[in-house]
Amino acid sequence: MKIYDGRYVISGLIVFIALATFPVWFNRGKVSPSPEPKLDTPAILEMVQKKCVLAKDEMRIGHMRLLDQWRTEVVRNGRRIYTGMDGKIHEMSFQNECLKCHSNKTTFCDTCHRYVGLSSSTPYCWTCHIAPREND
Amino acid sequence: MEANRRKFLRIGGTCALGLGTSKVWGVFAEDFEKPAENSKALGVGRWGMAIDMKKCWEKGKSGCRECILACHTSHNVPDIGNRKEEIKWIWTEKYENAFPGRLSGLEPPDLREKPFLVLCNHCENAPCARVCPTRATFKRPDGITMIDYHRCIGCRYCMAACPYGARSFNFKEPREHIKSELNHAFPTRESGVVENCNFCEERLSAGKAPLCVEACKEQNCEAIIFGDLEDPESEIRKLLAAHFSITRKPELGTKPGVYYIIQGRGHA
Repeated sequence: MKIYDGRYVISGLIVFIALATFPVWFNRGKVSPSPEPKLDTPAILEMVQKKCVLAKDEMRIGHMRLLDQWRTEVVRNGRRIYTGMDGKIHEMSFQNECLKCHSNKTTFCDTCHRYVGLSSSTPYCWTCHIAPREND
Repeated sequence: MEANRRKFLRIGGTCALGLGTSKVWGVFAEDFEKPAENSKALGVGRWGMAIDMKKCWEKGKSGCRECILACHTSHNVPDIGNRKEEIKWIWTEKYENAFPGRLSGLEPPDLREKPFLVLCNHCENAPCARVCPTRATFKRPDGITMIDYHRCIGCRYCMAACPYGARSFNFKEPREHIKSELNHAFPTRESGVVENCNFCEERLSAGKAPLCVEACKEQNCEAIIFGDLEDPESEIRKLLAAHFSITRKPELGTKPGVYYIIQGRGHA
């Protein structure tokens, strides 16, 4: 079988494959450590049962959707009370409820957001919402 | 036979499409628990305000700005220091600017020099909410004209529409211009959004009166009265029933929710 311009086609293919797989072989052997968001804030340490509004896995996957729903409920529907799992009552407020326990933006929020390649300005929560005071 | 097969394929395809969309539907459906009603919030028909100007001028200390200060420090309102870019939720205006349609030129001269307290009127027919292309500005069932800052794209149609100048645009990053200490319980705004008075919606939901009302009360002045305009038994309705009051630019049909009593209680 003869390929017309086989030299160009095959060398072109090689260059293409090399470029397309560049991230794979360039990063081979390098392990970026998976993020470990810290849960050692004073408010959390004081808790007897260390539980968030939903189960840990649900929060990990869906916290952005939950926050979005809270936003809609508070701002647009004027409802502020949320019943979490095990019936605990929470105020739907990012600044006054979430950050009360998670008062460590740099060692909690930022660890994963940075790991997944979000820049410091995205998600743009912090342009309006005030980050908690951290004394470290 | 030919037609039957075609029909069969058509029906089969429709069914497959239906099954497919049910999957998609599941993705978008909210599966979180529904939030409960706020038991602490004050159930209300329409929030409104009455400002007794005579009381403000006579009982308040000279140059009193406590209401403005209380509001602006608590809501993290920046002080830009430049009239073109200033941000204001509640401020003062001269009679001729607050009530231009009423100006006859024959008013008591001192009235024209006195400061009138002005803020968002939380109009029933709010022009700002009507023109907002993203519905970031909207009317709540309790009459408050709210801005969803997450949705505001900063087009400033609402500012053009508001006949009271009650809306301010953040030309600059506001956080750099907040002179007082940041209130960590309330967000700031970012550059590129419009803001206005929210009738202390965050306090009403906790069963508290707005900050300007509280600040005025603390000065033993009580010139600002807040309440439900739809409840005939409310303090504000009784006050408005007993005293002649005016609103700003009523000729525009916006139906403002902020009333001004000029004659004063005990004078009328």
